[in-house]
Amino acid sequence: MIFHRLKVGFHRLGSPPTFHKLCRVLSPWLWAGFLLCAAIGLYYALYVVPPDYQQGDSYRILFIHVPAAWQAMASYVIMAILAAIALIWRIRTVEIMTMAAAPVGAAFTALCLATGSLWGKPMWGTWWAWDARLTSMLVLLFIYLGIMGLYAAFEDRRKGARVACILVLVGLVNIPLIHFSVEWWTTLHQGATIRLLGESRMHPSMLPPLIWMTIGVKLMFGAAMLDRARNDLLEQDRRKNWIRQLIGESA
Amino acid sequence: MTPTRKKRLAIVALLVLGVGAAAAVAFTALNDNMLYFVSPTDVHAAAAPEDKQIRLGGLVAAGSVQRDPDSLSVRFTVTDGRHDVPVSFEGILPDLFREGQGVIAHGRLNQDGHFHANEVLARHDENYMPPEVMKSLESAGHPPEASKQ
Repeated sequence: MIFHRLKVGFHRLGSPPTFHKLCRVLSPWLWAGFLLCAAIGLYYALYVVPPDYQQGDSYRILFIHVPAAWQAMASYVIMAILAAIALIWRIRTVEIMTMAAAPVGAAFTALCLATGSLWGKPMWGTWWAWDARLTSMLVLLFIYLGIMGLYAAFEDRRKGARVACILVLVGLVNIPLIHFSVEWWTTLHQGATIRLLGESRMHPSMLPPLIWMTIGVKLMFGAAMLDRARNDLLEQDRRKNWIRQLIGESA
Repeated sequence: MTPTRKKRLAIVALLVLGVGAAAAVAFTALNDNMLYFVSPTDVHAAAAPEDKQIRLGGLVAAGSVQRDPDSLSVRFTVTDGRHDVPVSFEGILPDLFREGQGVIAHGRLNQDGHFHANEVLARHDENYMPPEVMKSLESAGHPPEASKQ
């Protein structure tokens, strides 16, 4: 029974008016959650957690750098799952959502690269190094930009989305490369601090802001993606009847 | 799932697996070129070419740093625990540079095994902790395990 209801709910999301309504209802909550988590996280990061034994206060940029890096990769995985659904089931709202995820993921990648560069100069002594971790992250940014460019290059939006979805799946190979680059090769970038399996290398007193910022950034990704998807849908369907009805309702 | 969708699912799976396999083959072949630095052991095994720019990575040996009081010249030894390479450098060192710290020196190895660096980068490990915790760990004789260099 539950499975059947889920299935019906999933299929309803394929209908533009339902999808539009869901985006409009969810988005403010996600933005509010993001602001709350980011405020708590930044307060902890800047005022509460102790300095690092080696890097002093400079390491506090980690609380933006690491959540941004994780989200850059998580966004890509979410986008790839959406792309597979879009290619197999050819659901238009899913195609739109996939394409809406790309600029948000690209923004997190750029933020990760920029904060990493700012952090690298005082600690490592250089803004940039062509090691495997930094280079694979730069490649991720280019893949995101490629997906956005490909989608925009087609007159027919659905065709553009389908072609870009294929590129999304091709680029998925870069994600494990980024993650394992610090284990497979020698890099300037250090190894992973937080590990899903095994003990993390960060003192527990420093963890709260990292958790708050990570949750906040995930909510922000969801909010920005849904807003972008809603805008894209409204623009594509601006001459359709359901939008006329929608405007009629609110007027 | 309809037959068309099953077919599309197979194509999607093949695409991801195919690209993954191609990347695995390519990066296995390129493995040596993906390394950002070589260790003193590699240098001793003559794996590193002489008179060619390389990056040497390791720890600054304890008690090896000698600064020239009149210039920016500095000499130190880079070690990986098994082999040592003497390094000379003239310039400003990163803030994290100290004995026992991970460093990457970019430069040339001359014939007598001396490394002339034109750039020195500091490498920090993945451990983060407050200074007091580090002090108590040190006094208890359990400094954190350093990352693989």
